[in-house]
Amino acid sequence: MSQRLQIARHTLLEPGGIGDREINQLLGRLMAPKIDYADLYFQYSRHESWALEEGIVKAASYSLAQGAGVRAVSGDKTGFAYSDELRLSALSEAATAARAIARNPSAARAAEGLQRQPRGNVRRYQPIDPLASIPNQQKVDLLRRAEKIARAADPRVSQVMVSLSASQDTIVVARADGLLAADIRPLIRMNVTVIVAQHGRREQGSCGGGGRYAYGYFTDHQLADEYPREAVRQALVQLEARAAPAGEMTVVLGPGWPGILLHEAIGHGLEGDFNRKGTSAFSGRLGEQVASELCTVVDDGTLDNRRGSLSIDDEGEPSRNTVLIENGILKGYMQDQLNARLMNAQPTGNGRRESFAHPPLPRMTNTYMLNGPHHPQEILASVDNGLYAVNFSGGQVDITSGKFVFSTSEAYRVERGKVTYPVKGATLIGNGPEVLSQVSMLGNDLQLDSGVGVCGKDGQSVPVGVGQPTMKIDKLTVGGVAL
Amino acid sequence: MKHMKDTKDKRAPQANRRWQPAPCDEVERNLIAVAELALSHAADLGASTAAVSVGQGQGMSLTVRHGEVETVEHNRDKSLGITVYFEHRSGGASTTDFAAAAIRQSVASACEIAKFTEADDCNGLPERALLATEFPDLNLFHPWALSMQQAGELAAECESAALRHDPRISNTEGATIASHQEVDVYANSDGFRGLERGSQHSLSCSVIVGEGNAMQRDYWYDAARAAADLSAPREVGETTARRTLRRLDARKARSGEFPIIFEPLVAVSLLSHLSGAINGANLYRNASFLLDKIGAQIFPAGVRIHEQPHLPKSAGAAAFDGEGVATRARDIVADGVLQGYALNSYTARKLGAQTTANAGGLRNLEIEATTADDLQALSRQMGRGLVVSELIGFGVNTVTGDYSRGAFGFWVDNGEIQYPVQEFTIAGNLSQMFRDIAAVGADTERRGNLRAGSILLNKMTVAGR
Repeated sequence: MSQRLQIARHTLLEPGGIGDREINQLLGRLMAPKIDYADLYFQYSRHESWALEEGIVKAASYSLAQGAGVRAVSGDKTGFAYSDELRLSALSEAATAARAIARNPSAARAAEGLQRQPRGNVRRYQPIDPLASIPNQQKVDLLRRAEKIARAADPRVSQVMVSLSASQDTIVVARADGLLAADIRPLIRMNVTVIVAQHGRREQGSCGGGGRYAYGYFTDHQLADEYPREAVRQALVQLEARAAPAGEMTVVLGPGWPGILLHEAIGHGLEGDFNRKGTSAFSGRLGEQVASELCTVVDDGTLDNRRGSLSIDDEGEPSRNTVLIENGILKGYMQDQLNARLMNAQPTGNGRRESFAHPPLPRMTNTYMLNGPHHPQEILASVDNGLYAVNFSGGQVDITSGKFVFSTSEAYRVERGKVTYPVKGATLIGNGPEVLSQVSMLGNDLQLDSGVGVCGKDGQSVPVGVGQPTMKIDKLTVGGVAL
Repeated sequence: MKHMKDTKDKRAPQANRRWQPAPCDEVERNLIAVAELALSHAADLGASTAAVSVGQGQGMSLTVRHGEVETVEHNRDKSLGITVYFEHRSGGASTTDFAAAAIRQSVASACEIAKFTEADDCNGLPERALLATEFPDLNLFHPWALSMQQAGELAAECESAALRHDPRISNTEGATIASHQEVDVYANSDGFRGLERGSQHSLSCSVIVGEGNAMQRDYWYDAARAAADLSAPREVGETTARRTLRRLDARKARSGEFPIIFEPLVAVSLLSHLSGAINGANLYRNASFLLDKIGAQIFPAGVRIHEQPHLPKSAGAAAFDGEGVATRARDIVADGVLQGYALNSYTARKLGAQTTANAGGLRNLEIEATTADDLQALSRQMGRGLVVSELIGFGVNTVTGDYSRGAFGFWVDNGEIQYPVQEFTIAGNLSQMFRDIAAVGADTERRGNLRAGSILLNKMTVAGR
């Protein structure tokens, strides 16, 4: 038995007296005739957060959540129920509710024997407990250090807010096909937000990061120094920002976090559920040219310790590196079990859920574009009149029409090949299936983001990563105020 | 130790604390027991004061797509959250496990973590005199014994009304019916004991028109405290169909400066931005464009925006706020002038003011109609410009008021809608946008916590082709 499964059983299942026999019994209850797939998802989740502002550690909290989700799938129909009590009687009740999705459920069929942590038993991160990885006093010291660095960076800094959080998620997935798998997922995050003031004008800057590490990650890489300096730099740039332009123009996106473009413009549109239902602007377009030949985009959950990485997904499937677009051609969708089966495709390890209380959906992990041939300087030098956007605050997409937006938090005007002055935040809007066809130059400077992404879909939030090299888009609509 | 014992003895004896309204079943009595156990354990561990909220909810949602039940979800949630104070230091914890040992462990975690936070003079419970003592029945609790069969029939009726409406409807995301009820209790070591029951039921539908690159999606919904108040499924389905069809053959909007009408469903977002800017947490951090604006004309004369926490059967009603403070109706903006902020006890102390009972936000915030006109009449008044029916993205900066969001809508000329438009942004600054409100229609959106009719703004920058 793998170490993860052993720990997970001990944490999650043994206190409620749930062993193989009970799991089989529950799966048996779920597998009524006409049920094609069933699973159980046990979760034990601990989270802590710390916050400093106005020079003092003001708030700290600790939370604990546990429960199990129970699902039965019949064709394209899903019955789902959950319980926050990890006892057999509560779970049996949930199983009865979930299997009612099949018409006329009757005598239960015994499930096959359980097969432990099978194929691809690869670990993408250590099964550590980040909450206990350093004493509380050191967490306080980290917060204080970040605030001190921010205050020292510039006299115009008027407010500093630092937050630190960690969670450890222990999960067990048991499937009616006999798979039994576990994962222990650490996740840490630090964030610094500053407000600067000058001549009555106030601006904000923010920087942070993290990943599937122990807290030592922040100290080992001097991030409690780097994040505040970067937040202050961004805020000071905004103090000088002028009105953003309005209208269509050339846009150069910086490397790293601007990869949020890929997440919104094409990522969501390539999730299996929308494509099975034919509601995505990318539906039925496999094999078609949807981007310039420079573009190769992957969704890769296998990167070590990244925020969006998973050893196994929430359906027990090993995480993969899935090619979505190769040299401009649409190659694949991201699948969970249900949609893969209905589309006659392979699961891609993208079945994710916010918690036991939410059913799995096809979701992204770390979505990024591979390097191109150009030097970033060469790309900027080629722009006669446009926008250079290096930081973004967030985005959204309408899957069906393909229209997506993402909003800059740091951007500059580019005139005759030179970066001239910073402009205020503006929303960029485009059409997913068209925007990547407008990519005319692609940098050789691929970067992943620092570990801050949160993706929302159907009311469920999951941690994700994005990345890309510097990218030139010949035409995109910039939503500023200056016509 | 001596000192802590003294503090403890000053409290009212347990028996004097009456829960209001009185618990009426086993679930409610259990939540109360959990809350009392957490408070008494906090006192045992030496906390000078503490507050606890405990809730339990249950519900189901069912989606029908192409006439067949697609998903059924049953949910049942509970949670306990506790905040402890050691004089002016605080700590918090939450758990979903109501076993006595787990509750004690959770309280201990909150107390442990409080050792590492620092004293903040503004921390603490609200003043006792402000705590709610009256608990009017706001008529919020109407559980619905909805069977799966009945839910399936209602959702199917709704979706089929949408699909049958017009052959140009090419696909569907289905119709969803959801029913939820919950009980929440809130108690603090100053003797506050409040219980709240609520239910919420909804019916929604979303369909798609057009094919390939020209696909468009839209939706409609209804939501109510009582199932009997929900619109008929057929009505929700047909409205969904009409709203989606009108988006067919959308063009890219042209760039320029134009007047804008926000449809009611998106007009409420302006109230949401106002809520953020007058929230104490943003004010004491100097992170709002409405800093020091009390008494200032921030909207045109004639604009009234008010909070109505006691509106019966409404989405946002509550007799007490998230700290047990009695809520009351008040004007936030009167005749265009900002009257007050949205504060809880902490942010109030930070700003040297008194809590406005807004722990948990503003309740039933409504911008009053300035005219009897609806969207159509406002379009005629506008003459030429854009109607915005949907906004996407998060391009709003509360610190500066800068605003830039993606939009969908309709081009209006000669006072009439000409054609649907998409792939454009609208941009401006909220300070100016608020002052530019020319009219608030009487077609008030009333289903949610934010309430507004169609809003006509004099001018915004549109970026498109």
